Amino acid sequence: MKQKLILIGNGMAGVRTLEELLKLTPDAYEITVFGAEPHPNYNRMMLSPVLAGEKTVDDIILNSREWYAEHGITLHTGDPVVSIDRAARKVVTQTGLELDYDRLLLATGSNPFIIPVPGHDKNGVLGFRDIADVDTMLAASKDYKKAVVIGGGLLGLEAANGLMKNGMDVTVVHLMDILMERQLDAPAANLLKASLEERGMKFLMEAQTAEILGDGRVQGVKFADGSSVGADLVVMAVGIRPSIELAQQAGIHCERGIVVNDTMQTYDPRVYAVGECVQHRGSCYGLVAPLFEQAKVAANHLAQLGIARYEGSVTSTKLKVTGIDLFSAGEFNQEDGDEVLVLQDPGAGVYKKLVLRDNVIKGAVMYGDTLDGTWYFQLLRDGTDISGFRGSILFGQHDLGDAGHGDATRIAALGDDAEICGCNGVCKGEIVDAIVKKGLFTLEDVRSHTKASSSCGSCTGLVESILASTVGEGYDATPNKKPMCGCTEHSHDEVIRGIRENELKDMDAVRNFFEWKNADGCASCRPALNYYLLAQWPGEYLDDAQSRFINERAHGNIQKDGTYSVVPRMFGGLCTPHDLRAIADVAEKFDVPEMKVTGGQRIDLFGIKKEDLPAMWADLSEAGFVSGHAYGKAMRTVKTCAGKTWCRFGTQNSTGLGVKLEELTWGSWMPHKFKLAVSGCPRNCAEATIKDFGVVCVDSGYELHIGGNGGIKVRVTDLMCKVASEEEVLEYCGAFIQKYREEAHYLERTAPWVERVGFDYVKQAIVDDESQRKALYDRFKFGQQFAQIDPWKARAEGEAAHEFRNIEISAA
Amino acid sequence: MSNWIEIAALEDIPKLGSRVVRTDTMNVAVFRTRDDQVFAIKDACPHKQGPLSQGIVSGTTVTCPLHNWKIDLASGEALGPDEGCTNTFSTRIEDGKIFLSL
Ligand code: SRM
Ligand SMILES: Cc1cc2nc3c(=O)[nH]c(=O)nc-3n(C[C@H](O)[C@H](O)[C@H](O)COP(=O)(O)OP(=O)(O)OC[C@H]3O[C@@H](n4cnc5c(N)ncnc54)[C@H](O)[C@@H]3O)c2cc1C
Ligand code: SF4
Ligand code: FES
Repeated sequence: MKQKLILIGNGMAGVRTLEELLKLTPDAYEITVFGAEPHPNYNRMMLSPVLAGEKTVDDIILNSREWYAEHGITLHTGDPVVSIDRAARKVVTQTGLELDYDRLLLATGSNPFIIPVPGHDKNGVLGFRDIADVDTMLAASKDYKKAVVIGGGLLGLEAANGLMKNGMDVTVVHLMDILMERQLDAPAANLLKASLEERGMKFLMEAQTAEILGDGRVQGVKFADGSSVGADLVVMAVGIRPSIELAQQAGIHCERGIVVNDTMQTYDPRVYAVGECVQHRGSCYGLVAPLFEQAKVAANHLAQLGIARYEGSVTSTKLKVTGIDLFSAGEFNQEDGDEVLVLQDPGAGVYKKLVLRDNVIKGAVMYGDTLDGTWYFQLLRDGTDISGFRGSILFGQHDLGDAGHGDATRIAALGDDAEICGCNGVCKGEIVDAIVKKGLFTLEDVRSHTKASSSCGSCTGLVESILASTVGEGYDATPNKKPMCGCTEHSHDEVIRGIRENELKDMDAVRNFFEWKNADGCASCRPALNYYLLAQWPGEYLDDAQSRFINERAHGNIQKDGTYSVVPRMFGGLCTPHDLRAIADVAEKFDVPEMKVTGGQRIDLFGIKKEDLPAMWADLSEAGFVSGHAYGKAMRTVKTCAGKTWCRFGTQNSTGLGVKLEELTWGSWMPHKFKLAVSGCPRNCAEATIKDFGVVCVDSGYELHIGGNGGIKVRVTDLMCKVASEEEVLEYCGAFIQKYREEAHYLERTAPWVERVGFDYVKQAIVDDESQRKALYDRFKFGQQFAQIDPWKARAEGEAAHEFRNIEISAA
Repeated sequence: MSNWIEIAALEDIPKLGSRVVRTDTMNVAVFRTRDDQVFAIKDACPHKQGPLSQGIVSGTTVTCPLHNWKIDLASGEALGPDEGCTNTFSTRIEDGKIFLSL
């Protein structure tokens, strides 16, 4: 019979222990988890970004309820354990559940320390620890204006930043004269304070809280010197206390925390403890990196391997306030006999300090430029003698080599055992190994294989640089060639050229010619080949629905719940009462749960069941609408502004021209999505200079801009040329699109394409070479004959009916 | 105990495509490979219940449309770094007709 393991505390350390245990022996225990909070395990560190509105609660769930179910773990949330009977080996919960255990794991975390001043229990006074606290703060930010955060440490500043992002007027009250005094020295703390003040945060330094004022709800905070400040919300972030009451009550030896030995066992060997509730060799930890190390050791012993030992951790700290780079580790306030190296560039907001003892780094504080933090931390932990490069150490690791290539070289110079992800203890070597051996190309891949940068996220930049430098090295070995995907050795360019020069006209022909490794290709090359063939052989190549991503196969965007969205095209963003009424009728008829005006000047209908799509499209097409291709690697929208017809500044008919452009280009498939805009004057209300093709009207004609992008990485367009007539705008636009369609790699937008091939190359082809422009434009118009067939109407009339019809069977 | 139900003709599913079979209790995704093998798995990705029927099929795997997990059609297991499994069901083809056992 399986042994019974009970975990008390459904938090980061406890559940990580279970994950490690399941990796070692998936079936050794029948596991039950009790959590006081009503949620499955989530990433507590990410509460700061949630408060700041940068993430949602859903984003930070680490283990969904399905995860527990899949691993046969029984989870009781919202039901704290209230007592442990060690003699009978059972636990009792608040709701009265009783359960036996063979082994018990305590991971109860800690509680925020609430200063016991008069009034501390008033409504509106809270700590910053869990989702409930964040919910309370977010609710308060809607109804109230003034917040006071007591405590200028890591947690307090993150709370203050979040409240400020929610529109509150925030004052941070700190007992000391410098912020984060346990991590920063005075100069770094002052830089930090100045930059937070610039964002609007206020500070009361050296202020000792004496009383919370107000009747019922908090109204202010009074200090020891008699002064006071108004407040509708008070967040106390002055420290944490290990949560040990349960262990104490069960007679388990506790001091500040639950005392454990190097195998993470308490004085009762059947009872293990990990996390912030633990005291190990006199230390309690409040950061996840050491807790995850503890989790590994506890799992090793629970799995009865009995070889791992936890010997304590050295920790480093980063602050998660977007836009502020700060790093600190070790002992950074020098003692007698220590030496200090400092680099200060107040203008650039950079400060670095290293404390040395006998030429070994004892501590580091960095502000503004923290890239080398990892390296210093490594030298610190290894106790490396730095006398050999002491003169240049503050300039960073890249300065040791032949210097000068920025981040990538600095990362490349790191040793394999340099720790990159502090939270999960992942070293550079492991990351490089995974990238090379498993052929990883994306951050997501690296995260899923190594866990690096999957916790607090502050090392994301480092991981990306490693990815760049590692894939870059592979790149050097075989010059100029990156295979399309794992199915082939050949690059996008070779395949595009091969299709054209060898007249390869279907997918099997391409795969045979280039000796593909898999007969069917994969989900990454098939859509690319389908596009290349379609672009090269319009009218001849038969589109392959099964090689299209579902959005393009179903002609709608798939949503997270498996429903679809529908965005009818509105040429140039213009509409009539009839159009709007028709959309409203459709929305009512099909019970559309949500509608929204999009950033592309049209209307999105969300939550449509797949089987309803054809009928809905039939009605829309009846009313004169065609697909907006909002789901496709295709021409999306032409955004326009009011223009000369109405606007007092308008120089040309920008709406009219937008409609003409959209009529010319709708329906065309592209390597990636493609957006256009026309603004009526240089005020540029249609944001034409961040579009793939943008027109800015001026008195004397039309400026044509190319290669803009407003998405993940903003790129402003390059001005290609100025033309005098609308006809020319259409011709230049069609030619530019065709050049892009024929030559860009699949999933490469115009911005990276223009940067890769060079703006001059494109300009030369479109502007300077008239015959090439005309030929491109002709080819574009030829292709459009086959592309401007409304896919919605076709499906409403029965095309690809199987795609939208389910097979119904009854089990009876 | 097997209980075969006829669900469709083989041609009703495109090669490298799929159909959704709706039962009283769940959706089953039925896939057809290039060489006319037919596989049936629960239409819910082990990651976040994405509709696997909507994914791209190659060989005997399907790529989930929501976050690109790759699921083996025969075993229902996630491939690569991802871990998880969805239920599989037996199918057989007779006279060009597909039968499913739940
Ligand atoms: C609906 C809309 C948001 C809104 O309500 O305003 C939207 C919704 C989506 N955008 Fe967008 N984007 C929308 C305007 C934009 C804009 C603004 C614009 O076009 O003026 C941008 C920045 C401009 C740009 O593209 O340069 C934008 C940049 C992105 C990106 C980043 C692209 C990039 O190159 O960096 C993605 C991701 C991608 O394409 O890979 C994306 C992806 C998406 C997807 C398709 C995500 C997905 O794959 O499911 C969203 C689909 C929602 C749905 O089911 O309908 N969306 N998206 C907008 C539709 C406009 C339309 O009428 O078609
Ligand atoms: C806003 C914020 C930002 C942070 N940022 C960082 C950071 O950037 N870097 C970093 O390293 N660390 C950071 N931390 C600290 C980090 O989150 C904690 O160190 C870590 O979560 C502790 O893990 P744990 O499992 O020990 O405790 P927890 O994650 O708190 O889990 C303990 C769980 O046990 C439950 N529990 C308690 N008693 C009982 C009982 N009797 N029965 C049942 N359940 C019980 C609690 O409700 C809780 O859910 C941050 C913390 C916060 C609050
Ligand atoms: S609509 Fe665009 S910005 Fe909004 S969540 Fe989706 S992809 Fe992100
Ligand atoms: S739901 Fe399938 S990959 Fe996320």
